[in-house]
Amino acid sequence: MRGRTRLMAVAGMSAIAVIAAACGGGDGGGDTAGGGTDEPGKQGGEIVIRGCTPENPLVPGNTSETCGGDQVDAMTAKLVEYDTETAEPIMDLAESIETEDNQNFTVTLQQGRLFHDGTEVKAHNFVDAWNYTTAAKNGQAGSYFFGAIEGAAEISAEGAEGEEMSGLEVVDDYTFTIRTTEKVSNLPVRLGYSAFAPLPDAFFDDPEAFEENPIGAGPFKFVSKSTSEFVYEKFADYDGPSPAHVDKLTFRVYTDPKTAYTDTVAGNLDYTNEIPQEYLIGEAYKADLSDRALVKPTGRFAGIVFSPNDPQLKENLQLRQALSKAIDREQIAETIFNGTVTPAHGWAPDVVDGATDEACGEYCDFDPEGAKALYEESGGYDGTLTLTVNADGAHTEWATAVCNSIQNTLELECLMQTTPDFATFNKQIDAGEIQGMFRTGWQADYPSIENFLAPIYGTGADSNWSQYNNPDFDQKLTEAASAEGDDANALYQEAEAMLGEDLPTTPLWYPSTVVGWSDNVENVNINVFGVLDFSAISVK
Amino acid sequence: MGTFILRRILQMIPVILGATFLIYWMVFNLGDPTVGRCGERPCPDAYVAKMRAEYNLDDPLPVQYAKYMGKVVQGDLGTSFNGNDVAEELGNRWPTTVKLALIAIAVEAVIGIAAGVIAGIRRGKFIDSLVFVSTLVIISIPSFVLGSVAQMIFGLRLNWFPVTATAGTWQQLLLPGLVLGALSTAYVARLTRNSLVENLRADYVRTGKAKGLSRQRVVGVHALRNSMIPVITFIGADLGALMGGAIVTERIFNVQGIGGYIFHAINTKDGTAVVGTVTLLVLVFLVMNLLVDLLYGALDPRISHD
Repeated sequence: MRGRTRLMAVAGMSAIAVIAAACGGGDGGGDTAGGGTDEPGKQGGEIVIRGCTPENPLVPGNTSETCGGDQVDAMTAKLVEYDTETAEPIMDLAESIETEDNQNFTVTLQQGRLFHDGTEVKAHNFVDAWNYTTAAKNGQAGSYFFGAIEGAAEISAEGAEGEEMSGLEVVDDYTFTIRTTEKVSNLPVRLGYSAFAPLPDAFFDDPEAFEENPIGAGPFKFVSKSTSEFVYEKFADYDGPSPAHVDKLTFRVYTDPKTAYTDTVAGNLDYTNEIPQEYLIGEAYKADLSDRALVKPTGRFAGIVFSPNDPQLKENLQLRQALSKAIDREQIAETIFNGTVTPAHGWAPDVVDGATDEACGEYCDFDPEGAKALYEESGGYDGTLTLTVNADGAHTEWATAVCNSIQNTLELECLMQTTPDFATFNKQIDAGEIQGMFRTGWQADYPSIENFLAPIYGTGADSNWSQYNNPDFDQKLTEAASAEGDDANALYQEAEAMLGEDLPTTPLWYPSTVVGWSDNVENVNINVFGVLDFSAISVK
Repeated sequence: MGTFILRRILQMIPVILGATFLIYWMVFNLGDPTVGRCGERPCPDAYVAKMRAEYNLDDPLPVQYAKYMGKVVQGDLGTSFNGNDVAEELGNRWPTTVKLALIAIAVEAVIGIAAGVIAGIRRGKFIDSLVFVSTLVIISIPSFVLGSVAQMIFGLRLNWFPVTATAGTWQQLLLPGLVLGALSTAYVARLTRNSLVENLRADYVRTGKAKGLSRQRVVGVHALRNSMIPVITFIGADLGALMGGAIVTERIFNVQGIGGYIFHAINTKDGTAVVGTVTLLVLVFLVMNLLVDLLYGALDPRISHD
């Protein structure tokens, strides 16, 4: 899939000396790097990292894929940013975000933070940007992130003419308020997503000029773009928590991850965000890169949906449990993925806030006898069970393995089917044409367990492919949204446990991100979304 | 000659219209380009609506196509989904692809013809067998293997050539050009050899020899010139194809040419970019074919265009 790959991670990696780097170092107090003993990153220098061609112009609210998303991340500052290691939100442009009822939020901005064009970041830059992104007439891809704000539904409906959400109000230059339609206790955590970045006045004066020359308030300033390269330089007037170490950051377009990898080994490229499958076998990449690689669990989920259009599956919980138990996740993770995925026991990776990875319980453990017994009790499945995946996303191998595992365990004929591409796959799901089972995947928009539940299993949610419909579950989500911190998380976990009872889908694994770098750079780390910490990376 | 060219140019018009319409139909009608652009979730309705309006996707297909061609005729190839002007993008990438194609053509013309001539003159000798075997080896290796291996050995291990050719300089493009031209070089060598062998048995060669012409003149001028007709046809068609970019080679060496652009555009269902590029490619191909036909006249006086 091609959504955002972002992720927070608890580092399971010990061999690699990763320095937490500038993130979370200072608190907006200027240049913190280079001084501290645990922040040895050298200042200055130029690096070239792997990029790809963005699918949309580099407008934060209209960027929905990683190619553009990575660059937008380097370029923009948001109200909060996420700590690279812990994924905790850290105040960035915001001085504070306060609420008493989890429904009315007051945002106070830091004074003196600048956009790359020299204008100051003020409250109206947020309100205008968010209204612009949400309004239907502007047709921005990121509009759904604002759905929680009061008035969003009115102006984002197709054909709506409205331009302003009633839930946003500018109080003064450095203060604005957000009112949500319902209680949303984790709103501050969501605000670090790049769609929430402020836009400078220059954008509203001339959006097309902005697309040619995007402006943000982040550590890196856009310089130029060409067919093969996107060039950024360190923003000298940046005064936030994550100042850049390098003076120049170039995203060089590589169509083929293998070529990018080869160039990294040759020292022509300083960082590649993907190590091709063939080099993962037997950890062959270690021969090329020695310790200059990192495998890190990321905020991603992969699973299988039991088609809601297949009555045999939909109405037979025991059958779903049997199938779930018949999949040898451990073995597939090892043989097909060479250990770059972690077998899942829940619906949210434990690298995100609140996730425990245990809701699936015994049904995610491979248990041939138990599966067989359940299968016989359930009455079995008539005909051939199919598992449908999109052929354009490297899914066929593991899908075949999953089917084999089911077939060998239950003696039920299981057949992997493909659609030519993700678009067709998506369309067939929407049209309810797929029987049997089909794959699902999710990548965190923001590091919270809520992001792995509400948009995917809430009744009527956009991405509810399993058409899961459980009023108790919805009720639990609503309760959780009005609670805070650990209380909220406990409620989300209770909701997740309901998925364990009902198995509308079965979890498979949490994919890791595997990156590599050249001998010229150090302090390389990726965040919970699998994206490089652009500020921390430094030249040797 | 003038009438011939004019007639051929007029013939191009229906070919271009037909080819672009087919491509347009395939790209915009067989798959909905607005689906699947927002990761694992559906795109917002307003985003889809804006896109449909921008690319006239709600009109009937012939109307869409007419609107598109109306702009193309005015030199506007449209804007791709990521906001780039297609014509500008092609303008940036074209020089790289042309450079790569020229290197490949030079390789196949020089090495291929030379090897073919030597093998043809020394038919049945050791050198003939050597050319036969070595071309067989090249033909049997898929180009992505050849490219990856060459990159690994000559780029990464021996450091003779740059590993990738992102900037597209002549020096960087040398290795990709060699790889790209390798397969055709083998074909050119075989074509030249067989064609020469056949012509050396022809009556006019015997006549030439009989009237006392030097062997050099008989082979070099008379036989070779006639042997070149199929070779030129092949090279001309090949140049047209190479101008369209070489998707595999460009990927391996990260060459920012037309091939990579088309590949990316197809992957992202960027219809405007695909149709714009293909329109251009069809034009190039037709022009190359016309040039080849004109060359026949120069090579063989028996072929006349009047």
